Amino acid sequence: MTTTPPSPVTTTGPPSATTAPPPLTRTAHGPWQLVRAELRRRPAARLSLGVVAFFALLAAAAPLIAALGGWGPDEFDKSAVDPYLGGLPIGPLGGVSAEHWLGVEPVTGRDLFARVVHGAQVSLLIAFSATAIVVVAGTAAGIAAGYFGGRTDTALSRLMDLTMSFPSLIFMIAMMSVARDVNRIVLMTAVIGLFGWPGIARIVRGQTLSLKHREYVDAARVGGSGPLRILVRDILPGVAGPVIAYTTLIVPGMIATEAALSYLGVGVRPPTPSWGQMIAESVSYYETDPMYFAVPSLCLFLTVLAFTLLGDALRDVLDPRGGGA
Amino acid sequence: MILYLGRRLLGVLGVLVAIAAVTFAVFYVLPSDPAAAACGKSCSTDRLEAIRAHMGLDAPLWRQFADFVTGIFTGRTLGTGRYALHCDFPCLGYSYENSQGVWDLLVDRLPVSASLAVGAAAIWLLLGLSAGVTAALRKDTLTDRVLMVGAVAAASLPVYFTSVMLIYGLIRVTGLLPYPQYVPFGTDPLSWASNLLLPWLALALLYAAMYARQSRNSMIESMAEPYIRTARAKGLPRRTVVVKHGLRAGMTPILTIFGMDLGGLLAGAVITESIFGLPGIGRLFYGALSTGDQPVILGVTLLAATFIVVANLAVDLLYAVVDPRVRY
Repeated sequence: MTTTPPSPVTTTGPPSATTAPPPLTRTAHGPWQLVRAELRRRPAARLSLGVVAFFALLAAAAPLIAALGGWGPDEFDKSAVDPYLGGLPIGPLGGVSAEHWLGVEPVTGRDLFARVVHGAQVSLLIAFSATAIVVVAGTAAGIAAGYFGGRTDTALSRLMDLTMSFPSLIFMIAMMSVARDVNRIVLMTAVIGLFGWPGIARIVRGQTLSLKHREYVDAARVGGSGPLRILVRDILPGVAGPVIAYTTLIVPGMIATEAALSYLGVGVRPPTPSWGQMIAESVSYYETDPMYFAVPSLCLFLTVLAFTLLGDALRDVLDPRGGGA
Repeated sequence: MILYLGRRLLGVLGVLVAIAAVTFAVFYVLPSDPAAAACGKSCSTDRLEAIRAHMGLDAPLWRQFADFVTGIFTGRTLGTGRYALHCDFPCLGYSYENSQGVWDLLVDRLPVSASLAVGAAAIWLLLGLSAGVTAALRKDTLTDRVLMVGAVAAASLPVYFTSVMLIYGLIRVTGLLPYPQYVPFGTDPLSWASNLLLPWLALALLYAAMYARQSRNSMIESMAEPYIRTARAKGLPRRTVVVKHGLRAGMTPILTIFGMDLGGLLAGAVITESIFGLPGIGRLFYGALSTGDQPVILGVTLLAATFIVVANLAVDLLYAVVDPRVRY
């Protein structure tokens, strides 16, 4: 750990310099310029950005894109499965054909392309919303704890410790199984979001502690800015870099959590598709119809991988403490 | 040191009571009828009455909670008169689904979960740390790249996917390993290990990947410290420098996550245990979900929280051993 105070990568702050020895001459100062430079340097990160954008687009325009295939996610196609083979899809690779681009589900004959696209929407919607909750709550708590200190800090830090002591997955499963008859997507978002905030709150708290006695913050204080104005105008931009980087690193965890909950059958309820739930349904077919198992698994794997690689790249440029990488 | 320990133990107790209160509130407030929920799907009126009496649902909520907590320390009698059912110390409630006390159920299943967690932890520490240290020492070489790309990829695979692939590769196709069946360590250590090897690998792969990433970062950081240069300058063998000076200091952040992970796993790897059909706490929990066995769900949650909190305490105490700069 270096002793030089972390420098905020911001336009309102002092001239920025990264503490890690810069691998290339960085004349750019804005965070976006740094990000762009890093993306140019790292092909893997560029590719990851592409994958992330692809799946985000898929999720956002799910009904439109799925309509291209001509099948709805819940439409049965009995003609695509073979009743004499226990309902296995007819044709090679799990029934891939001009009609069904990624094949069909065994037994029901539902179109896999339509389901995986709609599944992307559900999985990513939950993951992104939960991330939004975590980031907003975590940033707010971290800034408040770091800036106000004293009792606020003690209380919030205790709350962080307590939240982190919860066996989160077990607790999430338990809560999801107890609460019934509500909107599962909203409930799941809330439950997942409930346990993720302390991580980012700790990072923001540390960053705020190092920012709050900077000259420009003192200047704002002397200039008569109220605490709220200082927090929003002076501190928030300073913590924005690490927050953006960690947001990207939180998303894969959220996607995986959603998938795990749905896999265990306490997440979204059928017929709503989500990747985890599709994997759970297809797991018993992994030998007889590998395509059915591979499609949602591959989507989940690629998305999580791409977000992680992208997050790593962003952290290296945006987090002043560096990832050490 | 003793003062510190006392203070920490008090803190642990406080956290546990808080977690118990939150968990209790979730299970007794969220469902419309906790007794019906605990009774399960086919529930006779008489049985429902008994459960109602046992749970003491007429009493105010704080009273129910106080009784529950007291029961953990002293044991208690659930219900009165005709419905009286004695629940020995430490009373975590009664599973109507299994007709057994929750504590007894947990104690029955704990060896399985503990075997799974400890074996997997040993493998992932070995794999993860060696990969991480190797990558750190060969920073920016091809070895480093390959190891780290492999680690990110492995960390992105969900455990249920890895498990299925391992079952397919090592059982179905090659028949190298038996389908896991739990054999107690005391009965036959060799068979215990060979049966658990597959679940260990499935679980360890995911964690090893995370530990490889983490240990690479902290190794790079600690190898840049001035005392490493001093140790090298003194002419110490490279091995000694890396292991005794570099790794030892770099271990602190690893230890923190290790405590959390191991604590969390001791109370059951829900997915892994269900996939491999291992009769551990995780599977007990999973079974309790489908039958709505609330007392068991509550009990497992509390046990898991206890493990996490205690593991964290143990880790904090271990810091002083690993890192001589830490004093309490």
